[in-house]
Amino acid sequence: MLNTLTQAFALITTWEVIIAIFAASVYGLVIGSLPGLSATMATALLVPVTFYLSPIAAIATIVAASTMAIFAGDIPGALLRIPGTPASAAYADEAYAMTRKGEAELALGAGVWFSAVGGIAGTLSLMILAPPLAEIALSFSTFEYFWLAFLGLMCATLVARSSPVKAIASMFIGLLVACIGIENPGGVPRFTFGMTNLFGGIEPIPALVGVFAVAQVMRAMLTPEPPPIPRRRFGSILAGQWKLTKKYNWQMTRGNIVGIIIGVLPGAGADMAAWVSYAMSKRFSKEPEKFGTGHVEGLVEAGASNNASIASGWVPSLLFGIPGDTIAAIAIGVLYMKGLNPGPTLFTEKASSMYAIYLMFIIANIIMIPLGIIMIRLASHVLRAPRATVMPVIMLCCAVGSFAIGNNIFGVVIVATFGVIGYVMEENGYPVAAMVLGIVMGTMIEQSFVTSLIKSDGSVLPFFERPIAAILAAMAIGALIWPVLVWVWRKLKRSPVPATSAR
Amino acid sequence: MSKKITRRAFAASSAAAAAVAGFGFKPALAQAYPSRPVTVIVPWGAGGGTDATARIVAALLEKDLGQPFNVVNRTGGSGVVGHSAIATAQPDGYTIGMLTVEISMMHWQGLTELAPKSYTPLALMNEDPPGIQVSSTSPYKTVKELADAIKAAPAGKFKASGTGQGGIWHLALVGWMQAMGLAPNHVAWVPSNGAAPAMQDLAAGGLDLTTCSVPEARAIIEAGKARSLAVMATARNPAFPDVPTLKEAMGIDYSTGAWRGIAGPKGLPAEVATKLTASLKKVYDSKEFKDFMSNRGFGTVWGDAAQFAAFMEKGDAQMGVAMKAAGLSKA
Repeated sequence: MLNTLTQAFALITTWEVIIAIFAASVYGLVIGSLPGLSATMATALLVPVTFYLSPIAAIATIVAASTMAIFAGDIPGALLRIPGTPASAAYADEAYAMTRKGEAELALGAGVWFSAVGGIAGTLSLMILAPPLAEIALSFSTFEYFWLAFLGLMCATLVARSSPVKAIASMFIGLLVACIGIENPGGVPRFTFGMTNLFGGIEPIPALVGVFAVAQVMRAMLTPEPPPIPRRRFGSILAGQWKLTKKYNWQMTRGNIVGIIIGVLPGAGADMAAWVSYAMSKRFSKEPEKFGTGHVEGLVEAGASNNASIASGWVPSLLFGIPGDTIAAIAIGVLYMKGLNPGPTLFTEKASSMYAIYLMFIIANIIMIPLGIIMIRLASHVLRAPRATVMPVIMLCCAVGSFAIGNNIFGVVIVATFGVIGYVMEENGYPVAAMVLGIVMGTMIEQSFVTSLIKSDGSVLPFFERPIAAILAAMAIGALIWPVLVWVWRKLKRSPVPATSAR
Repeated sequence: MSKKITRRAFAASSAAAAAVAGFGFKPALAQAYPSRPVTVIVPWGAGGGTDATARIVAALLEKDLGQPFNVVNRTGGSGVVGHSAIATAQPDGYTIGMLTVEISMMHWQGLTELAPKSYTPLALMNEDPPGIQVSSTSPYKTVKELADAIKAAPAGKFKASGTGQGGIWHLALVGWMQAMGLAPNHVAWVPSNGAAPAMQDLAAGGLDLTTCSVPEARAIIEAGKARSLAVMATARNPAFPDVPTLKEAMGIDYSTGAWRGIAGPKGLPAEVATKLTASLKKVYDSKEFKDFMSNRGFGTVWGDAAQFAAFMEKGDAQMGVAMKAAGLSKA
């Protein structure tokens, strides 16, 4: 083991690898922090570059760029209310509210600090617990995935600040959007209107960019400039994070654990981890009424959770070649291209390469702190820049980003369409984040439900018979009827306290 | 003397330059192909198997022909968008692309007008036959045992997966059922979002078998969670020498596969096509290509322009039969 570790060190301490990690980190931070450009796009654009690198350097660029880009997605989320990934969409409102309160450095500091903590916790789980975690991943069949997706969808109402009815309505619009295309269990075109481009369906990322970034630009054009945030020096970013770590230690740990578990389940990934953790944080908080008003507690838990899930998401990728999300799918392609074929032999025959990958994760998460702070400082200038300058740049990034991912002009049309949809929804009080969650979860919930019924010949019993499915079902149904029970209980006791937790 | 010639040569070359500037691309055509970078369109996303194959081919073409071959991923529309971009490109040899088996399937479903005849075939590079995998806890040790159990069981009892409804591995199952004289849907198809989730569900105990290719199942097989019982091919895969063909294991002569090849838009000039096919042959024979493909477990099959055209025509007809039988065809 020690010998392997030394070999791993030797593998990553070459100039090529060091330069690759550093350059990819800066690249990931820049792409991730530009509204409209996503972490998936950042990773996809790296593939041609990795073709010319040595295997370890190639993996290093993917690891470093994706780690940085996921965190950097929090930056425009906090400063402009334009989340960079569906994962940061869960808490973008909260972070932006903190910025409006003049606590941008605390919000972003929490982002970088707890992302790094979560990332390292996830990496440790990958190093120590890969085999048992892989067993968890392989014990999930479509029955379990159905309940998981069901629980994920319920977070829409838990997280929303608006009325739960509007949140559910938004989520259903998202589910409807997820119906588009031919990539459904029946393999038949739905809502494509004969347009070839719609066959592949609507990806969550262009929809996310549209409803947040483009809609934000539209709002900016139609509303007067908000009162400027008091001009002052951006305070220390790391100050106070240690205090938060001690105060919210349990939330952070819970975020890490939830992130690691959701991360190893292929298909769920960082997006769902952030939503579930944010919802849990609110549900179990001592002060849930503060959520949505610029309260850091949820950011701690969700930030820790989504980065933990990225590292643990490599468990099924490395052991079985099953990608956890789109980024992992690209990473697997690079692994194959470089002769590091996923599978258990990677852990035995190429153990030093494996340890090199672990080390790169840890290094990437550590250098994320100083580089992230520099990036946050640079990005904070956007708060003082005139809106008339910022908004056209955002628009340009949206157009470039949506085109670059598939070299398809239709991507730009999708982003523009969702910009209009998002604007209309927000103006009428429908939370757009819930719609994005619906799009993310829609395919999974339909696929798992329909295929489960095919497998059970139409019987619903297996949804409750398999042990893990039964536990998840109990959780989902419990969470559904809990607010009702609370309401009935309070009615019976004639308690004057309003049912705030019923959300 | 030398001065004079230089001046004359200079005058001649400036005249030539003026001609190039004045008459546009006519002199450029006379130049040897390729005289500028070539775009290679891939209808699938970066990081996938098709993308990787296209990138290694492009890199080797670049080495042979001395011009950059840039891979562009034109994704969307379940592959239709990229395939359409190859077919509708200017037939000048500066836009070519990688075709995949879907081109012989999608038109039967009425999803597109595009068919193999919409292209100038250049070379077939790869074919991966479907395998038959079961979970390591499955009682069936050979494909014969599995087939007997399937025959004895009522229709729909056995569940298989590997890709979406109407995908290549679904049609492989249909073809195998028909070759055994069973109804196309005797084994129920559970659509999945690709081979990896299907293999996961197989290991999780949710399925009886998968019909994806053996390389796609490799990681799970090596993890000891699944076994491959046979391949629906004419010969064994050298990377998996222990897996017999259907013919060896149960005397059924049925083979199909997912293939990849290089083609240009219809009406490519003959000299350009000949040159590309010759260069692709060099790529195919190169050690780099062979090493790359065998490392991934991808099968290599060579077909020149005429053979590739015949191969696609035969495959197209075979797909049509299987899709009609499975009730997936609209034609």
